[in-house]
Amino acid sequence: MSANVNTSLPLEYQTEQSRLNILGFWIFLGAEIVLFATLFAVYGVLGERYANGPTPNDIFKLKDVMIETLLLLTSSFTCGLAVFEMRRHRLKGLLTWLIVTLLLGIGFLFVEINEFIHYVHEGATMQTSAFLSSFFVLLGTHGAHVTFGIIWAVMIIIQLIQRGLTPVTARKTFIISLYWHFLDVVWIFIFTFVYLKGMVG
Amino acid sequence: MEYKTNSKYPISHIIGFFLSLLLTFAAVFVALEAQLSFTIVMWIIGSLAVLQAGLQLFMFMHVTEGEDGKTNIINMAYSAFVAIVIVAGSVWVLTSGHAAH
Repeated sequence: MSANVNTSLPLEYQTEQSRLNILGFWIFLGAEIVLFATLFAVYGVLGERYANGPTPNDIFKLKDVMIETLLLLTSSFTCGLAVFEMRRHRLKGLLTWLIVTLLLGIGFLFVEINEFIHYVHEGATMQTSAFLSSFFVLLGTHGAHVTFGIIWAVMIIIQLIQRGLTPVTARKTFIISLYWHFLDVVWIFIFTFVYLKGMVG
Repeated sequence: MEYKTNSKYPISHIIGFFLSLLLTFAAVFVALEAQLSFTIVMWIIGSLAVLQAGLQLFMFMHVTEGEDGKTNIINMAYSAFVAIVIVAGSVWVLTSGHAAH
């Protein structure tokens, strides 16, 4: 752990172990991109098989989609601010922005779950058509990632409160910030190739 | 090897955030308000999405920083390539086959 310590670097990059952890996480994100690509491919192939069920235009509501998009985009921004504060060694600022990020993430999940409940009440379930099966699998996988990210971030916040800013807690915080930004990157493509595409025609 | 640590204000984050908002609303406008053909709309909003993903990578995630910055870029570029092959390849093979028969 202590080999190759370079204190001129930001906390999260100071040890060889941390640098390898961060590199490893980027490689994991590369695999996550491919995971989501397979789900986008399924949606791209099956997304117009309605089986006489509802079409995207019947069920998608621009207002809900915009609220979700803005919540997640803003949470990605506040997560960036959290890391910015961490680089200035301000634990309080870091914790404040992390909690704001979490609240925005919970808001996103709340709106998304309500959206899904609304769809099911309109008769648009996973079993209705290939369009809706692939829709719920893609969106559900993303939503599950957000849920996991929220649980993960809560645990990081607890560690930060207990242990303060150390090279280890800084590295853990930096890695979850990468994860959180990545979830917004995936959402940009869901927003574009699922929602906007569905509402064009 | 550049780390953003010493600036007093998170300028790159603020710029990235406003550009992202701009790109999001531009995509909504092109998709729902501008009267363009479906193909043109998809090309424009697809490009806007790629741009915005790039903003996140460079302005929020600092993909190039650290001694592994180059590795990260190659890794992300390769992942993007594989993603495009999977998505475009699947859609191409499975829809053109269907339409041809």
